[in-house]
Amino acid sequence: MTMIFGVPTAALFGQLLLGLINGSFYAMLSLGLAVIFGLLNIINFTHGAQYMMGAFASWMLLNYLGIGYWPALILAPLIVGATGIILERLLISRLYNLDHLYGLLLTFGVGLIIQGLFRNQYGVSGLPYGIPSQLTGGQNLGFMFMPNYRGWVVVASLIVCLATWFIIEKTRLGAYLRAATENPTLVQAFGINVPLMITLTYGAGVALAAFAGVLAAPIYSVNPNMGADLIIVVFAVVVIGGMGSILGSIITGFALGLVEGLTKVFYPEASSTVIFVIMVLVLLVKPAGLFGRTA
Amino acid sequence: MRKTATALAVAGLLMGAGTAQAQISVKLGVLNDRSGVYSDLGGEGSVVAARMAVEDFKAESKGIKVEIVSADHQNKPDIGASITRKWYDQDNVDVILDVPTSSVALAVAQITKEKNKVHLNSGAATSDLTGPACTANTLHWAYDTVQLANVTGGAMVRQGGDSWYFLTADYAFGHALERDTSAVVKKNGGKVIGTVRTPFPSSDFSSFLLQAQASKAKVIGLANAGGDTVNAIKQASEFGITQGGQKLGGLLVFVNDIKALGLKVAQGLNFSETFYWDYNDSTRAWSKRFMGHMNRAPNMTNAGVYSSVLHYLRGVEATKSKDPAKVIGWMKANPFEDAVFGKGYVREDGRVMIDAFLLEVKKPEESKGEWDLLKVVTKVPADQAFRPMSEGNCPLVKKN
Repeated sequence: MTMIFGVPTAALFGQLLLGLINGSFYAMLSLGLAVIFGLLNIINFTHGAQYMMGAFASWMLLNYLGIGYWPALILAPLIVGATGIILERLLISRLYNLDHLYGLLLTFGVGLIIQGLFRNQYGVSGLPYGIPSQLTGGQNLGFMFMPNYRGWVVVASLIVCLATWFIIEKTRLGAYLRAATENPTLVQAFGINVPLMITLTYGAGVALAAFAGVLAAPIYSVNPNMGADLIIVVFAVVVIGGMGSILGSIITGFALGLVEGLTKVFYPEASSTVIFVIMVLVLLVKPAGLFGRTA
Repeated sequence: MRKTATALAVAGLLMGAGTAQAQISVKLGVLNDRSGVYSDLGGEGSVVAARMAVEDFKAESKGIKVEIVSADHQNKPDIGASITRKWYDQDNVDVILDVPTSSVALAVAQITKEKNKVHLNSGAATSDLTGPACTANTLHWAYDTVQLANVTGGAMVRQGGDSWYFLTADYAFGHALERDTSAVVKKNGGKVIGTVRTPFPSSDFSSFLLQAQASKAKVIGLANAGGDTVNAIKQASEFGITQGGQKLGGLLVFVNDIKALGLKVAQGLNFSETFYWDYNDSTRAWSKRFMGHMNRAPNMTNAGVYSSVLHYLRGVEATKSKDPAKVIGWMKANPFEDAVFGKGYVREDGRVMIDAFLLEVKKPEESKGEWDLLKVVTKVPADQAFRPMSEGNCPLVKKN
């Protein structure tokens, strides 16, 4: 068997593929953060809790209303996105004129409250959520056993990421959004409802987190802390990619998934820190992140 | 006239003091994780268990006034230590109960010795509490890493699982569990092929599971707990590890984790607890009362708190004192029997000797109710489940 640094190539391919799968979660979550930061200038620390709410929403839809995975994939992001819109209207919208720090504190606090409420109601052990019957089983790729569901996660995440990128960078709506970021007063003067656009953008960013949550429910433990564990890594991804850069966060998300996957083969103990090491190195060389523009 | 009044008042005071001596008041502190990863295991459930013990003992009618307080140590040794000091120094707490998370438990045991109080642990796993770190003030109830290794590990090797690959949570508890289980595997003629240290906590185990799969080991030992275990088992099923003929050894699993996994994913898994709610009539009756308060089934940690409070109060009643040396001396000298563990006794090194179960997760079609999750495969007698006192290196034992 061919070996690379003492690891069989077949095993290496397997690990790279797994890295890509994890990367798709990083990409979806960091994309939502980047969209929100780019247009609202809010560092959305509630994102982890909203990802968790997505997973819980799909569990609730199944257990209280008998609605399965596929409808939940659409419904859960809509529901959680709606709660995001309420949050934005009631609280976040009052902070746009203040320093970033206030938005950070508010969203961080709200995130803790949401986690606490879910913990009170459902405990921390987690809830069971099965893989949809169409996607159980897997393919033998020769070098590894690839569960069908994981393949679906990569495809779904790529579609969602590219669609978001396309809307923001290539459509008229996206042009309005980008213009509103640069100069909201001027855009409003052209008769475009900027506050409404901002609210909907926040809702969409939150919906992206919830979508990732639904995708995660069948493979990760559905529990109130699931977002808190992930969100710190995702913030590192956003910082490496460059705050607010849409394409940057997608590419960095997938790339860091791969790097983490490789670390798990060669030195597993470091796999939880490797992303932060990269973050430090990137910040030393390019303080605005790999794809960020210096203000 | 004034003299008589003073004399009467003094007499009254003395009489008052007389009755106060007959009445002993005891303050119990339940110190555990109330908000984090282990809060479903101990948390409020252990407070409920302590209250049930006080109720069942009818402490009030026996002249013992019991007060129960609780706090959240957040699984951090520094926070646990500062609460412990405050409780002992300012709040007159006599006994600290539960204390999951091995690192916190070791800190609490040390302070308890310094302050000469009592620590009845039922939440922590490390066997060091009755080994090198044993003290005369700490008793270890419920379970420990050696018992988990002996019962689960021993049974799996005997069933033919003679080559092991470990997925180990990369901190003190995981290392201890791996160490103790490896010893059992080797003692029974098996071998350890490899091990991978996973960062704690992790949500994705697929990469580590594939490494374990590639090793062709017959058993993949999960030396982790809580969310890590749940994620690892869930993903092992997804990647077809168990269908491929490899077995999973859950080395520290609680009934709550099985509930979180669902039977479809967890079925067939073997693990060990010293308490299962559906074992016999008395455990069922006790658990029904517990569920009335908590809305979930109790586990061995909760049962341990109940059993330890009951035995402690018996000691206070018998010695008419709450002096730690006297009460613990009595507790070690007298065996106990209760609704949760049946018969048991406390060993010189502080280890509480109770029987342990080897459990198996039921198939979905075998389950008849929400919490009907496990069946008892065998009951392992205490002296085979726990480490012999001579092998523990407990300084208390050497002196004798």
